[in-house]
Amino acid sequence: MLEIKNLHVSIEEDGTEILKGLNLKVGSGEVHAIMGPNGSGKSTLASVLAGKDGYEVTNGTVAFCGDDLLELAADERAREGLFLAFQYPIELPGVSMSNFLKQAVQSVREHQGKEALTSGALLQMMKEKAALVHLDPALKSRSVNEGFSGGEKKRNEIFQLAMLEPKFAILDETDSGLDIDALRIVADGVNHLRSPERSFLLITHYQRLLDYIVPDFVHVLMNGRIVMTGGKELALELEEKGYDWIKDETTQLA
Amino acid sequence: MSDTSTDLLHQVASSEYKYGFVTNIESEKAQVGLSEDTVRFISAKKNEPEWLLEWRLKAYRHFITLMESDAMPDWAHLNIPEIDLQAISYYSAPKKKPEYESLNEVDPELISTFKRLGIPVQEQERLVGIVVDVVMDSVSVTTTFNAELDKNGIIFCSFGEAVQKHPELVKKYLGRVVPYTDNYYAALNSAVFSDGSFCYIPKGVRCPVELSTYFRINESGTGQFERTLIVVDEGSYVSYLEGCTAPQRDENQLHAAVVEIIAMDDAEVKYSTIQNWYPGNAQGVGGIFNFVTKRGICEGDRSKISWTQLETGSSITWKYPSCILKGDDSVGEFYSVAFTKGKQQADTGTKMIHIGKNTSSTIISKGISAGNSQNAYRGLVKMTPGAENGRNFSQCDSMLLGDRCGAHTYPYLEIMNPSAQVEHEATTSKVGEDQIFYCKQRGISEIDAIKLIVNGFCKEILAQLPMEFAVEARNLLAIELEGSVG
Repeated sequence: MLEIKNLHVSIEEDGTEILKGLNLKVGSGEVHAIMGPNGSGKSTLASVLAGKDGYEVTNGTVAFCGDDLLELAADERAREGLFLAFQYPIELPGVSMSNFLKQAVQSVREHQGKEALTSGALLQMMKEKAALVHLDPALKSRSVNEGFSGGEKKRNEIFQLAMLEPKFAILDETDSGLDIDALRIVADGVNHLRSPERSFLLITHYQRLLDYIVPDFVHVLMNGRIVMTGGKELALELEEKGYDWIKDETTQLA
Repeated sequence: MSDTSTDLLHQVASSEYKYGFVTNIESEKAQVGLSEDTVRFISAKKNEPEWLLEWRLKAYRHFITLMESDAMPDWAHLNIPEIDLQAISYYSAPKKKPEYESLNEVDPELISTFKRLGIPVQEQERLVGIVVDVVMDSVSVTTTFNAELDKNGIIFCSFGEAVQKHPELVKKYLGRVVPYTDNYYAALNSAVFSDGSFCYIPKGVRCPVELSTYFRINESGTGQFERTLIVVDEGSYVSYLEGCTAPQRDENQLHAAVVEIIAMDDAEVKYSTIQNWYPGNAQGVGGIFNFVTKRGICEGDRSKISWTQLETGSSITWKYPSCILKGDDSVGEFYSVAFTKGKQQADTGTKMIHIGKNTSSTIISKGISAGNSQNAYRGLVKMTPGAENGRNFSQCDSMLLGDRCGAHTYPYLEIMNPSAQVEHEATTSKVGEDQIFYCKQRGISEIDAIKLIVNGFCKEILAQLPMEFAVEARNLLAIELEGSVG
């Protein structure tokens, strides 16, 4: 589904290199978790995959379902089935959720050759998917993320994920700022959306998200590269020992 | 901002005017230039009574003193080129003076103009029940639904017709709210106004239809000097719509209209405008100068006047629809969206003059600037010594598309009564790269994202417009934003 090879990325403005030769392969239906200390490049990876401006790819390739992902604009990537759940969801004052989702869903469906949904079908879909993450269906008339609580914003991201039915979803620190109940709701929603055709990349600081969404692989990102890969037990080990032991181990190797 | 965003915003900001065309209807023009003879010519053409000619001449003489003392207002945040008043023709009326029973009799050329403008007059009449008093250049060409209005004793006709048929009403109220001494352009208008609309709602009548006037400036080199007078008697209500589009021109056209509204006890007037005159080409050449004086007086207790405007056109806009809140418990409202792009300049806002007790006013202004345009909000809230418990809430938000445009806010507060409460909020924001990225990440194209965000920004204003007008307004904003991308 997604294959990243030797990815080097710098910040456009000052040329600082953040990703320094990252390799990652995600197969269909797999759930991968990326963990790492602050400043290791986790969010940069999410942003670059989604096509955010401000980064320069200096080397490497990213193939998405056989296509060159880096050639596509952000909206084209979204229409091809790549979804990013934002760490800090953006507010759009005066833009209703229903209007926003209508445009988003219809443009994605149109691109994928599916017929446009009727307003009724769309509303019905919104109702069902909102229930998945325990969001009040009345949210359809609220402005996108405006006046939403922190937890609502995160649940709203998963709600949109459910609406857009992407092939590949990146969750950028979706667990941060969530209490345990909200975390469980978000995780239930994500688990419900797992399928053999849909892959996930979970970016997180903490192991506790992985208690609820059990990954197939755990990677440790450090200093712009993936320095260790393991199964779900690796997360527990990190929780217990922190990141320093990996640092020591990798420096020894080097 | 990224390169693609900048490109797109540039395209948005320089999109060409879509309504630029000229209708070939023969016109009869006054001699070029401004003089006492011009004023007499216009008055004679319109077969006006002596008192009106006298009034015009007083205005003319006053204007001459203003002109000689160089009293053209220069305080606005506008860069106004020299206007040669002697190079303008002050009167133009379609030569054929048709009187129609139905639209079928109307010049097909005119009907096709409406079609190109996307204003299906017939559909509107049939489906929506709007009466359209079409002002083509200066003389009204068609008025419909008179029967329905007659039944209720409502008078809605061209200004010229009102002068002939209801001289007592015109004489009583003309210049009551905007005297000819009010300002430079109001003086000019009073001297040479060609036509306009007149509306009178008698006591206790709720006007059953929305009254609508489409103004068009259609004659090259003709200044348009419309005069609108709306009088709403005790306990009555009217919703009045004014929409404008104009043909493309290479020379600047001066437009100095005056609108006066008078609301008696318990009367309510809702006045909505969509202004989309030719803004000039991408270099800013040839657009309309829109110097308008609009003012209403809440004469009676518990009366209400509400102004809603969507301003997207003209190369220069100078316009402050205002309310004089004279009656106790009267209410004034001003809701505005001003969108400027290219080299457009707008200095617009309102004045709320609180005189009566327990009067209240609300001002919500949204300015959107793109390209190299300049967009200013200027508003006065005045609480006179007698305005016990006067209240005002003002909110002025500006949005910038790109980094070569300007947004300015000039609030003036004059509070002379200690019991008054005045609140003012102002924000300026840039359409965020992060907002656009968020939309794009959901599969929405960049132009659609900008449309969504701008429409969201204006939402509470557009919601004030009557339904059909709101749809037109949203379409207009979308077209304006689309530019060459859509």
